[in-house]
Amino acid sequence: MAETLDLSIYVKRQDDGTAHLDLAIEGIDCAACIDEIEGGLCQLPGVVEARLNYTNHRLAVEWRDGELSPAAVVEELQRLGYKAHPFQARLVEEEETRRAKWLLKCLAVAGFASMNIMLLAVSVWSGNVTDITPEIRDFFHWLAALIALPAVAYAGQPFFQSAMGALRNGRTNMDVPIVVGILLALGMSVVETVNSAEHTYFDSVVMLLFFLLCGRYLDQAMRRKTRAVAGNLASYRAEVAHKIEPNGEVVLVPTAALKAGDRVLVRPGERVAVDGVIISGSSEIDESLVTGETAHRAVRAESQVYAGSMNYNGTLTLHVTAAGKGTLLDEVERLLGNAAAAKSRYVQLADRVARVYAPIVHTAAALTAIAWIVSGASVHDALITAISVLIITCPCALALAVPVVQVVASGALFRAGVFLNAGDAFERLAKVDTIVFDKTGTLTLPTMSVVNAGDLEPALLQAASRLALSSHHPLAAAVAKIAQDRRPYEDVVEEPGRGVRAIVNGIEMRLGSPAFCGAEDLAKEAVSLDPTASAIALLWGDKRACLLVRQALRPDAVEVVTGLQRRGFDCRILSGDRPEAVAPIAAALGIKMWRGGCKPAEKIEALEALKVEGRKVLMVGDGLNDAPALAAAHVSLSPISAADLTQAQADAVFLGDRLEPVQKTIEISRRAHSLMQQNLGIALVYNVIAVPLAFFGYVTPLVAALAMSGSSSLVTLNALRARGRSPVLALAEHATSAEPVLAPQGA
Amino acid sequence: MEILIYLVPMALLLGLTGLAAFMWSLKNGQYDDVQGAAVRVLSDDDIHK
Repeated sequence: MAETLDLSIYVKRQDDGTAHLDLAIEGIDCAACIDEIEGGLCQLPGVVEARLNYTNHRLAVEWRDGELSPAAVVEELQRLGYKAHPFQARLVEEEETRRAKWLLKCLAVAGFASMNIMLLAVSVWSGNVTDITPEIRDFFHWLAALIALPAVAYAGQPFFQSAMGALRNGRTNMDVPIVVGILLALGMSVVETVNSAEHTYFDSVVMLLFFLLCGRYLDQAMRRKTRAVAGNLASYRAEVAHKIEPNGEVVLVPTAALKAGDRVLVRPGERVAVDGVIISGSSEIDESLVTGETAHRAVRAESQVYAGSMNYNGTLTLHVTAAGKGTLLDEVERLLGNAAAAKSRYVQLADRVARVYAPIVHTAAALTAIAWIVSGASVHDALITAISVLIITCPCALALAVPVVQVVASGALFRAGVFLNAGDAFERLAKVDTIVFDKTGTLTLPTMSVVNAGDLEPALLQAASRLALSSHHPLAAAVAKIAQDRRPYEDVVEEPGRGVRAIVNGIEMRLGSPAFCGAEDLAKEAVSLDPTASAIALLWGDKRACLLVRQALRPDAVEVVTGLQRRGFDCRILSGDRPEAVAPIAAALGIKMWRGGCKPAEKIEALEALKVEGRKVLMVGDGLNDAPALAAAHVSLSPISAADLTQAQADAVFLGDRLEPVQKTIEISRRAHSLMQQNLGIALVYNVIAVPLAFFGYVTPLVAALAMSGSSSLVTLNALRARGRSPVLALAEHATSAEPVLAPQGA
Repeated sequence: MEILIYLVPMALLLGLTGLAAFMWSLKNGQYDDVQGAAVRVLSDDDIHK
């Protein structure tokens, strides 16, 4: 490598004189990698510790400060055969890790308490039917209270906090009836213990808490796993830029190290890594990943350019502007604000059920008390029965019904290469009837490829692709991708703006603009058939060929879109690109409703119009210009190659070159949604049976314990069906490694 | 039933010991890399020839 990357901003200096660097490692596939990486790094002089986390593929390296440069660590890993990317833990991820630990602690406390209390409760149950003395029974009840009260005070916190939060905002959620049930059961049990009664409910309360915490923890763990992989992928994509130091020296730095006001050099064939204003130089840039427009834009001094644009022919010097400045970004930010506010009105299924459930249950309990008093029972007995109604209806199964399905279904999505950002996306995805696609980067691949490869002579194609390996032009990169022989020819001369040439076995070979290769007639003919493609010509002795390069459709786009249409989804295209470029794509996919040349605001308008018709829209898009539309749609998806801002708006992000995950996502979501409804049904049936029993006073603690754990287990087992019938072959790890990584510049 | 005087505290103590051990292992970071721990046991880097 001619240039070394300056990673010093990622290095954390510690008080004891060591430096610490976190890296996300690509290419770990077996246990032997651990030894290879840790052993290899420990051989470097100065390295104190290298520890690989095999679960999330992250490496922590520590060395004595000053003895080693961070780039040397990355180079050593490269030599060992692994790609390493500096990694900065995001705030959200750290927050989730803290919360997961806290939930695990609560779970452990609840587990400890429920086991010990069960030990006492079983003794009392069996004693009640044999020969337990009242003294010993009281002693056991007091012991159970001693364990249960502190345990619930500690392990119940997640529910208390959530219920308080909801009540403070004047709403109810599922945690409100849970907390009411828990507190009443505890209170009644304490009173009954004081009165030396036969029954207490300490065991049911703590076991209920344990079940609910299991559900919460699993939900959290799944989300954390998804975030960790997404975090790694984000750091794989982290781009680098050539920064111009004040003394004029050019250094290669990660974009995270750039500040507003820095100057950056962008060479032809490189992607612009930051937003900025051009100070000097002029060029043509391809902004298709930003705006969807595939025609190139000419830029010169004072022009604004956005991160993600591809620089074609001239060298540019940029002045980095602060994030969020610039006309397009301003508009996108403003639209995003409006759209996100509109979306937060959606109420989750579980909360909708909770709103109805809580009042009904509390009324039922009140009716029970009244009915018993009216029929002549003592106030004490009436209260006990009313409280047992509340305990038995404490919505354990109901609270598990939705989250457990979410855990299992997001696991299934994860294996299909889809990462969920929003937990409630399943419910919204299941209702979708209209799918709106963006064109560039969504229906088409984000990178260029040769579209007429099949029409060319294989030998010519291979020669062209091998020659293209020596060129820096972005179009040549598309040709170079198909090279089977990855060794470039020797003595290749690149003529900027024209092409590359070399003498191979005494015959001249040229690849470049049609004029450079004397193939204008061929190119004119080829382009007339496919007006949106760019032509590259090849001259090899007296043989000539013309290669057409453009963003090709995703390999399975036709199949997926026609499949979706056959199943009754209304598929449409809203693109920021010119109508002439959208028309052939729409024709190939058989989509009748399409629009080109849409500005971000027009995309939102179109979505609003669909919403007014009562449609539930799934928006699939990737460009910066799509971000507001993604936020405005009922639910949204974006490919992993999308702009960061766009990905943050999408409800889910999918990996890889194929469009199939879109179809998979809808299928899994529909199955998950129907399972959620089934689960809610099971919980309801349980209540229909349990409430009359409690009403007539048949519910003893033993019955309560059996009924509650029985219904919870049933709901959980039913949720496991969300995994799907077919065995999943593709592991998530495969999907990750198959992900094409944007070529780092200057490497 | 005098045996309860020994048995009950013993049961509680055992339970609390288990809980304390779990809390210690959690704090010690033993759940940070669950898959790694499973495969590290197979490596023989502690054998010095």
